Amino acid sequence: MDELIIKNGFVYDPLNNINGEQLDIFIKNGKIVSEVGADATVIDAKNKIIMPGGIDGHSHIAGAKVSMGRLLRPEDIRRGVRAKTKITRSESGVSVPTTFSIGYRYARMGYTTVFEPAMPPLKARHTHEELADTPIVDKGAFPLLGSNWMVFHYLKQQEIEKCAAFVAWMLNATKGFAIKLVNPAGLESWNWGGNIRDIDTPVEFWDVTPREVITGLAKVNELLGLPHSIHVHFNNIGRPGNFKTTIESFDACRENKNPGVERNQVIHGTHIQFNGYGGDSWKSFASGGLEIADWVNKNDHVTLDVGQVVFSNTTTMTADGPLEYYLHTLNHLKWTNGDVEIETSSGVVPLIYKRKNPVSAIQWTIGLELLLGIEDPWKVMLSTDHPNGGPFTRYPEIIAWLMSQEYRNDTLKSAHKRAGKRSGLATLDREYSLFEIAIVTRATQAKALGINYMKGHLGVGADADVAIYDLDKESKDPKEIMKAFSNTLYTIKGGEVVAKNGEIVSTPMGRTLYLNVKVDPSLENTMLKEFSDIFRRNYSVNMANYPVQPIPSYLPLPKEIKLDATHVA
Amino acid sequence: MTTKNLINYENSHNHINSSKIKNANEAIKMKELSLKPLSQPNVMLEAEIITPDNFSGKSVDEIKQLKVWKGNKEVPLSDFFQVEGETTNSPEETRIVIEGSIPKTKRVGEGMTSGEIVIKGNAGMHTGALMRGGSIFVEGDVGAWSGAEIRGGKLHIKGNADNYLGAVYRGEWRGMRGGKIIVEGNAGGEVGEWMRDGVIHVKRDVGSFVGVHMHGGKIIVHGNADERVGAEMTGGQIIILGKANEILPSFRFDEEIPSIEVEGETYEGPFLKFVGDLAEAGKIKGEILVLKKNNSHLIKLFLF
Ligand SMILES: [Zn+2]
Repeated sequence: MDELIIKNGFVYDPLNNINGEQLDIFIKNGKIVSEVGADATVIDAKNKIIMPGGIDGHSHIAGAKVSMGRLLRPEDIRRGVRAKTKITRSESGVSVPTTFSIGYRYARMGYTTVFEPAMPPLKARHTHEELADTPIVDKGAFPLLGSNWMVFHYLKQQEIEKCAAFVAWMLNATKGFAIKLVNPAGLESWNWGGNIRDIDTPVEFWDVTPREVITGLAKVNELLGLPHSIHVHFNNIGRPGNFKTTIESFDACRENKNPGVERNQVIHGTHIQFNGYGGDSWKSFASGGLEIADWVNKNDHVTLDVGQVVFSNTTTMTADGPLEYYLHTLNHLKWTNGDVEIETSSGVVPLIYKRKNPVSAIQWTIGLELLLGIEDPWKVMLSTDHPNGGPFTRYPEIIAWLMSQEYRNDTLKSAHKRAGKRSGLATLDREYSLFEIAIVTRATQAKALGINYMKGHLGVGADADVAIYDLDKESKDPKEIMKAFSNTLYTIKGGEVVAKNGEIVSTPMGRTLYLNVKVDPSLENTMLKEFSDIFRRNYSVNMANYPVQPIPSYLPLPKEIKLDATHVA
Repeated sequence: MTTKNLINYENSHNHINSSKIKNANEAIKMKELSLKPLSQPNVMLEAEIITPDNFSGKSVDEIKQLKVWKGNKEVPLSDFFQVEGETTNSPEETRIVIEGSIPKTKRVGEGMTSGEIVIKGNAGMHTGALMRGGSIFVEGDVGAWSGAEIRGGKLHIKGNADNYLGAVYRGEWRGMRGGKIIVEGNAGGEVGEWMRDGVIHVKRDVGSFVGVHMHGGKIIVHGNADERVGAEMTGGQIIILGKANEILPSFRFDEEIPSIEVEGETYEGPFLKFVGDLAEAGKIKGEILVLKKNNSHLIKLFLF
């Protein structure tokens, strides 16, 4: 592979505390190194911005519900069309783009790693097949475990070690990267037509509460010492007044962190915009963003991603089946519902966020309030919960809102007047620096996901994933900012130039990051005896057909992360 | 498509005043660009480039070099059309005349905002789809999806229209939002699917599912309608002057009306008015009005 030198750029590498210094970056064999040979290819980055490749910690890019979204929305596939080139396939779709479009679009924006945050274990093979068709970016997926009968069973029996053995088996079987909870226990309630909207209501027939599931799985997570914390989509999402549920859920989860991990958090709250609502009805609907920000400023055991809303015609998709049904009753647009045996549910509904719609406009303020109101950017990730708050291709617009108060205020003025009255956005005069942008788009993700040793920085030994943006480092011009962050001058992935001036120039296969967690064999055997009995009685497939094999068809380029948790016995 | 006609079309033809169909910008002196079809390919030609918006401000040579997709290859327009005429300055003053049949040429006039297109023969699929203004006049027949999702302007077809006239593309729930479509012959199935506004006149018969999912606007069928008129409609009006093969049981008979008026034209009744589709949720305001004298079979079903 070519050796590369990126010369004279201004480097923003928060994990190494480098803030705009003019430095040369050396690349060899797909890694950042300290020197290269004399005949290395030189990229002149004079007056350009250099950041580690972007990391998206939460974006729905693969799996059953994404495919369902594509089936439900052929009218979305009509949009975003781009002709094929000699090396790329044609692109289409905006909120539910094709797998190939997803890889190209992230690469053009300088993103090189993306996590699919909601993989039903039973659909793991499907998810990995789609990820295998998503070019360039490295990726990983989080299995859904928050409404799983086995988890309920062990939590109810207070057998936390067996629960840990089960979770480890699931991560291994699904080639998963982290534990995902969606509407904990509430999805099982949806199987009975219900929902759980606070953290202390027990789920039908199990006598287990969301609080017990959150704290139980956090305990399991720390017992196993997983790189990421539990990744939670809270109860009561999408309802006025739910910011209280968010704070309550965060507050409930104060498990001790495993001493072996570098991250600070024991719980990651996802797309908090959707769980950051004030008021007590749609009439009194208001932002609860600053209330959550205040609480987060006083507590250090959490991280979150914002799920920012951008004004767009998009598709909502989540494992939260009852939420999607509720949305459908609000906007009367088409709806699908999924039920995955004894594991989870799902749903898909189109949604149009309009500037002049009071609810959309207030929703738009909340993500920004979180990003601007939370003082420590290491606690917060930029996301749209693609495609729920809008497509990921709109990140450059969010970056411009963060960097320019004037642009933010212009948008606020153009939106429904209730956005100003029912939020505190207009009072926030903070403007992000490029250093802070680099934190919320790659460094926080790397650290919170526990991959900061290989990703999200440009120190020696890191993966050579680099984004070079053509932007004056003093610029506050929103148009320039959006243009620069929409298409990199160069995106380098694993030491290879993959995008140049907004064109894809090579399409290497990305790697799939997944965990291999080893627990005590006798504990695993005991657990497996109980699990296979419950499996045989409740699943429609044979257990042997369940695990994903890392053979080329599922994980063409596996990147296994081995964890020894044999102390759990 | 049904061919049986129960009423006299020559008389009903008078309902449309042809002077109203002319371009709204009559004050503007139109400049003409002529496209003579040389041949039609075996595979479809994607010719959404043929609009006044794209042609205005371009020389004849530049227009000849505009690209169209023939299957998976891009070719210059001049491979299939002989282009003559004068350079125009704005779409408003641009009249494009296609001097013959182009049944394998799709999407002519797609998304046009003003000006005029005249096709002296048959046209292909998607003619005038997504139009926003201006007018298209087709002397022959048009293919399926013509006038799909139009928002404004006028599409006038002398001959017949295939399925999905003024309909919506797959998945979309916001159909025709304005403008006017006139078909002097027959139209196929699913005319005006998911229609929200505007007017469609079909002067002979329509296939099944006319006005399916309709939310607003008006469809006037001067001939007969096949099955499932207005299925799942929640708003708008479907007027059938001939025979409606069936009215779904999820519609209720509302009242008898002596006459109705659409765009200043009076249609003498009496009409039977049905409201539905009551199988849908929410407020149901869809109306089907059928001429009583041609629909005695419905009286038996709904009134007794
Ligand atoms: Zn999500």
